[in-house]
Amino acid sequence: MFLSMNWISDYVDLSGLDKRDLISRFSLSTAEVENEIFYKGSDVEGVVVARIVSVKEHPESKKLHLLKVDIGAGEPVDVVCGAPNVREGMKTAFAKVGARLGDITISPRPLAGYVSNGMCCSEKEIGISDDHSGIMEITEEVALGTDLKDLYEIDDIVFEVDNKSLTNRPDLWGHYGIAREFAAIAHRPLKELEVVDLAQYENLPKVDMKIENPLCQRYSCLKFENIKKNISPVNMRIRLYYCGMRGINLLADLTNYLMLEMGQPMHAFDSRKVEKIRIKTFDKPFTFTTLDGVERNIDENTLMICNDNTPVAIAGIMGGLDSEIVEDTHTLTLESATFDAVSVRKSTVRLAHRTDASMRYEKCLDPEMTVKAIARFVKLLQDIDDGVTVVSALTDEYAFHYPKVSLDFDKNYVNRYTGIEISDEHIVDTLTSLGFTVTKEDSNFHVEVPSYRATKDVTIKADIIEEITRIYGYDNFDVHTTKAPLYPVRSFSMKTLEDKVKDTLVKKYALHEVHSYIWAYHDEYKALGIDVEENVKLINSTNPNIETLRRSMIPTQLCQVKGNFQYAPEFGIFEIGHVVQGLREDGLCNEKKMLAITLFSKEKDVKALYFELADMLSVLMSDIKHKKITFESITATHSYEHTKNLNAVLADGNKIGEMGVVHPTVGKKIDKKAAIVFAELDMELFDKVAGESIQYEEPSRFPEMTVDLSFVTSCYKPIGDAIAEIASPLVKNVVVTDTYEDQDAKSITIRILFSHKERTLTREEVTEVTDQLIAILDKNGIQLKN
Amino acid sequence: MEEKILQLKEKLESEISKVTDGMALESIRVAYLGKKGSVTELLKGLKDLGDAEKKEFGQKVNQFKNEIQQTIDEYKTKLAELEVQKELEAAEEFDMSMPRMVARGSYHPITLVQRECEAIFKSMGFTVEDYSEVVSEYECFESLNIPKHHPARDMQDTYYLENGQLLKTQTSAAQNAIYRKYKDALVNDGKPIKAIFPGRCFRNEATDACHENTFFQMEGVMVGKDINISNLIFFMKTMLSEVFQRDIKVRLRPGFFPFVEPGFELDINCLICGGEGCPSCKHSGWLELCPCGMIHPEVLKAGGIDPEEYTGFAFGLGLTRLAMMKYGVKDIRDLNSGNLKSMEQFAE
Repeated sequence: MFLSMNWISDYVDLSGLDKRDLISRFSLSTAEVENEIFYKGSDVEGVVVARIVSVKEHPESKKLHLLKVDIGAGEPVDVVCGAPNVREGMKTAFAKVGARLGDITISPRPLAGYVSNGMCCSEKEIGISDDHSGIMEITEEVALGTDLKDLYEIDDIVFEVDNKSLTNRPDLWGHYGIAREFAAIAHRPLKELEVVDLAQYENLPKVDMKIENPLCQRYSCLKFENIKKNISPVNMRIRLYYCGMRGINLLADLTNYLMLEMGQPMHAFDSRKVEKIRIKTFDKPFTFTTLDGVERNIDENTLMICNDNTPVAIAGIMGGLDSEIVEDTHTLTLESATFDAVSVRKSTVRLAHRTDASMRYEKCLDPEMTVKAIARFVKLLQDIDDGVTVVSALTDEYAFHYPKVSLDFDKNYVNRYTGIEISDEHIVDTLTSLGFTVTKEDSNFHVEVPSYRATKDVTIKADIIEEITRIYGYDNFDVHTTKAPLYPVRSFSMKTLEDKVKDTLVKKYALHEVHSYIWAYHDEYKALGIDVEENVKLINSTNPNIETLRRSMIPTQLCQVKGNFQYAPEFGIFEIGHVVQGLREDGLCNEKKMLAITLFSKEKDVKALYFELADMLSVLMSDIKHKKITFESITATHSYEHTKNLNAVLADGNKIGEMGVVHPTVGKKIDKKAAIVFAELDMELFDKVAGESIQYEEPSRFPEMTVDLSFVTSCYKPIGDAIAEIASPLVKNVVVTDTYEDQDAKSITIRILFSHKERTLTREEVTEVTDQLIAILDKNGIQLKN
Repeated sequence: MEEKILQLKEKLESEISKVTDGMALESIRVAYLGKKGSVTELLKGLKDLGDAEKKEFGQKVNQFKNEIQQTIDEYKTKLAELEVQKELEAAEEFDMSMPRMVARGSYHPITLVQRECEAIFKSMGFTVEDYSEVVSEYECFESLNIPKHHPARDMQDTYYLENGQLLKTQTSAAQNAIYRKYKDALVNDGKPIKAIFPGRCFRNEATDACHENTFFQMEGVMVGKDINISNLIFFMKTMLSEVFQRDIKVRLRPGFFPFVEPGFELDINCLICGGEGCPSCKHSGWLELCPCGMIHPEVLKAGGIDPEEYTGFAFGLGLTRLAMMKYGVKDIRDLNSGNLKSMEQFAE
């Protein structure tokens, strides 16, 4: 919303104050002001009132005229002018030689063979409207040569307030409300609005009007006749233009002016079309043409202003084309009303049509304002056109009253809430200047909230704190830390777990942490041959590609791997993120936090890569929980899983996740040759694994012994089982040092580490164990390799 | 005998001076001191001498033997030194200008910024909380004093799910649960509630360089006796100065958010121009950074806390925005792209 400093100054005397500084204080105390401030008129200089003395046709141009212009001093000057509306005797705005209009400085200049010593200006050229149809006509009785700026309010400071920052302030949607803030900030008094006394018309007949739906809170109206003037005064048009509106005609301008002044939207109907005003909704949808000529679909929830049963306006949004003021309108009915804010907002959304009026109604306007706005309208109208007659009594139905709000608080509350000492005087002055009625007894304050702040804005004590502190100025606060007892802060195990997992994967395995989205990307999945599995859906996604939530992060990561397949011959990514696996029994989403890892390699074979991933998981578990994990073969259930190499990851025998090789169909779509493996662990389950603490064991001081044995087999499991069966206390560790397999031969080489705490091992006792192992395996058909 | 020793001495000197390696030296040692060596032979010859001579020559031969051993030892050391010298001379000098392939992992920039913020708040006694991404309307709106018809609840901003839940639009959705979790400790033990909760939020909007439908925020709350506006400003200023590692100027403007009263928009002086005005701050010298305010009494009540007894402040920090500012990320979509050319740069 654009605001004019001239306009504000109508209601509060700000003379002698730095306006720019005031505006920035307004921004800190009230609402956000956009950074650019417009100094209107600052680029206009040397434009005066002049009279066209004579008009001659240009001999060679049909458009141009040769004028003599009296500029109030010296001989009339010769001017070449192309405006269509030039005529002898007309007074106009004239830019003298040396005048400045924007970037242009006027100098004598030849135009089609004649020298023009200055320029007759259109309103657009002076920057006071967008009218460029002809040169400006000045009707005021004023001496020729008068500077236009002395005649009209061309110089002004205009600033823009971010509408969003006024959402909760219905009182700030007009200049008068804004002026109240400036008055409080500048400690200057606010002037009363001049109005007429509507009581003088109370003997006239009333308008036939009735509220038939409670969505209309108050409806006030008045009838006028005999309006002679059609064009608004220049200063009024300048203000409207500076504030972003176009001048239309006197009545339209005046309703707009009232809206920008008091924040009260108004509407003028041709009285012939609204003899019986009814405010109601309709049972069935219908179409309605608004005054912008657009046909709109109206449903049964939209509140309408009607002439009996004929709709004439959409309440709070826009009038209808049929009831608009036209040239032969003789009598008009002025509406000033308030409607339910939510209803107006919903209608606006349904109609996809937001207007200056609806924007205000959405904010919960003060119903107390409707009658005062009419009284103000009459005052302004009669000042402009003294022939206007009011032909009805004020007709007013006040159906919904907001409750009066009064609040009590004590000084201690203010001190406690602010943390600083604010004087009683500041509290009383601030609240009073903002329109609150304050009574103080000892340290207790009783505050009556003015109606324009009581529609939803100020309802509780804390709201009063805001009023006091924002005018006090947050910059003036003495800032200090809290006084509060001190307690140790414990980190949550999940948080610690996440940090450790990330550190290990980044630092030790050089993986890259990535982020992704919680939904399944249908198109990307499809391109890789991954099914979008049935799951909870978004009901209002505007993008059909992201309707379904993901059940697993693996498909997400496979898409990301696809996007990076040329990044490096080998890389790995991971993410700790969320998935939703359908609904729980209670109907809520079964949301889980997962760790997903995907490795990609064109250098390693898939087996090596798979074991590398298994090692990573083992290290995560052993470093973080000091526990071992085991793997169990499981059956593939998802389109991206390998049918053979898919394992459950277990800790303490409980499944905490899965790892697998990507299904070749999907894998080949990512890269024809690369090995791709993945793992996904449930972080909650990982976190719940009971961790062991480090139990120190003194190393044996006696030499250890290692024995290497090779068996003819491609399967380690029986070897591991046999070692477990023997369960010798001397065996400290077993590792596979080599595996070999081709068409002719296969073997697994293991290295067993023997050690004894209290003595040196003997060859015999070691051999006893290895012989036992060889014997067991031999029985199972696995021979020792020579 | 004496003559023999002299001869041997001369012979040894000439032989040893020609030695260049350990093998040759060893064969000299064997030739003189070995079982059949010349000196050993001399010693053997002693038995044929008389007692007086035996004694005299015995001493001399033994002395000679020791001298030889010493000479050999010295030579050994010298040879070893020579060998090291040779090795050093032959060694290759490495070309350190060679570019290398180093496998380095990387953290997501959000993780880095989040960790920094967490560390700051932990140092000031705040707990770090975790919360789900799918929440109820009550958590996201009603408990936060956002009534049914508030524009913030419009369908176009929020991703609603089939079962009536929604993807949280703000980390504030965790506030209610956190108040409930800690209110007993607050009331019974006087422990103030001090918590931050970083998390992922969702908005149903079209994405472009500045807008994402998935982004991170970090919410913070502090509730206790007499927590006030002055404290709020102190914490915000301290936290932001720590985050940016310099003294940050902050200013508060009134801002309307249903869950705080009074509510503020907090601006910091522009980090790029220092407040002079530049394109980044639209020439205002200030950057709007974080909404904050005193927790609305209704919100405390919904969390089971008596607002007459306790007060508190809350703030929301855009972690995504912070990461973008800190690292100069221009397009917000880079962060969720999974593009490793972007991500690899955030190694730490």
